[in-house]
Amino acid sequence: MNVLEILFYSLSVFALISAIMVLISKNPIHSVLWLILVFFAISGHYILLNAQFLAIVNIIVYAGAIMVLFLFVIMLINVKKDSEPQKLLFMKFAGVITGGSFLILLIALVKQATPLVGKVVLLKEGTIGLINPLGKALFSDYVVPFEISSVLFLSAMVGAVLIGKK
Amino acid sequence: MTLLAFDWAFIIEKLILIVIIVFASLGIALYTTFGERKVAAILQDRPGPNRAGPFGLLQPLADGLKLIMKEEIIPNASSKWLFILGPGLAMTASLMTCAVIPWGTSLHLFGRTIELQIADVNIGILYVFAVVSMGVYGIMIGGWASNNKFSLMSALRAASQAISYEIAMGLALIALLMTTGSLSLKTIVADQVTGHYWNIVYQPLGFLIFFICAMAECNRTPFDLPEAENELNFGYHQEYSSMKLGFYLFAEYVNMIMSSAIMACMYFGGYDLPFFDESTVAPNIAAMIGVGTLLIKIVLFIFLFMWIRWTIPRFRYDQLMNLGWKKMIPLALLNMLLTGAIILSKL
Repeated sequence: MNVLEILFYSLSVFALISAIMVLISKNPIHSVLWLILVFFAISGHYILLNAQFLAIVNIIVYAGAIMVLFLFVIMLINVKKDSEPQKLLFMKFAGVITGGSFLILLIALVKQATPLVGKVVLLKEGTIGLINPLGKALFSDYVVPFEISSVLFLSAMVGAVLIGKK
Repeated sequence: MTLLAFDWAFIIEKLILIVIIVFASLGIALYTTFGERKVAAILQDRPGPNRAGPFGLLQPLADGLKLIMKEEIIPNASSKWLFILGPGLAMTASLMTCAVIPWGTSLHLFGRTIELQIADVNIGILYVFAVVSMGVYGIMIGGWASNNKFSLMSALRAASQAISYEIAMGLALIALLMTTGSLSLKTIVADQVTGHYWNIVYQPLGFLIFFICAMAECNRTPFDLPEAENELNFGYHQEYSSMKLGFYLFAEYVNMIMSSAIMACMYFGGYDLPFFDESTVAPNIAAMIGVGTLLIKIVLFIFLFMWIRWTIPRFRYDQLMNLGWKKMIPLALLNMLLTGAIILSKL
């Protein structure tokens, strides 16, 4: 075990524990805060993969902006843990079954993709996550999908403003 | 030990640097509170604090002692852990910014070259942005955990204000990055030292937008809506007492220092002393002159912050939002377009 592996495993454990805490926290505010920690752990993984730009954008966009909005809405509508409606038993079963089948699907996908046993993540290699190669790739090889997705964002934004005006 | 094959001298060097910078920031923040009261006094034509020590110089220590000695109250109805986490987070986020600021060139001591920057990451500015967006959580968590409706209102205000002004700030920054071509603060400063002019010459409008947004991000008057005491009692730290309150108040001053340092680095040449050729003196002395120059620039910016605080009254909340969304963002977009057009015409 070298330093990178220690970092990798501790980040993974950290991410998994935080993700489980997101699910089992009774208070929605606590769930959001745990989710922020998950994003931090994932950013740590990005840094290990030498994708500094991706790591920091993940923090700015997800942990910094989207989660603030989540917190904002939850604080504003003031969800309390005792006012959370009790779900029907039937709904709980449906949730378990759909979640479980999705888990099986994911496991099947991962098992089929490539033989993973004995493979180690390539740490601190590759430059695609740094800002220069990423910018060049986005604006030369992938310029059409990139621009189309930005138009999509714009239309979503206009739609949100329109709905908000009603 | 092959397990931890580090360059231990490097780790120690960085640790010492971190300790020095953090304590220096805290020390400057301590005396910024004193400076704030003195500047306010001068602008209002009164003597200001002058009892503790010569010229009242011991006043900040007395204030600090008072805060520490006060009774620590944790409200019964609060969420205890988050209540404690809030001020800690605010303080941590404001101190973390100092990691990417280049405080000077480099020192040559004991046969080693010591960079006067904790970490030269190639996305330095984005790191600052990420940390700034983390700072909101300190306020939001503290305001919510207090279980007080005024605190909650204020926390929500702070969050929406920070998010609104971050957009204009980012757009102003994009225009600057188009001219510099680098995200590393060290490279940006080095380019200004070797180049002809500071970036303020190329980006005057961008700097103005950035400065206004920085003021909003630091919750300084005229943007101190989150702690508007005559509408919200005391704002998000209303339930706090003792050093936890002190942390919130202190974090504001550390934020101010850090944003001054960032502005000095990005637009005003960082550690560059104008009309002075650093190569004529010994490298170590040149580095120290650089550090001193940056500190003077920071102090000037802090003075500007205070000057504005004691001159301009607070905005109303709708005015704040109008300024952010309908004036700052279009202006920043215009600045970006102009910069792009000029760069294209020069190609």
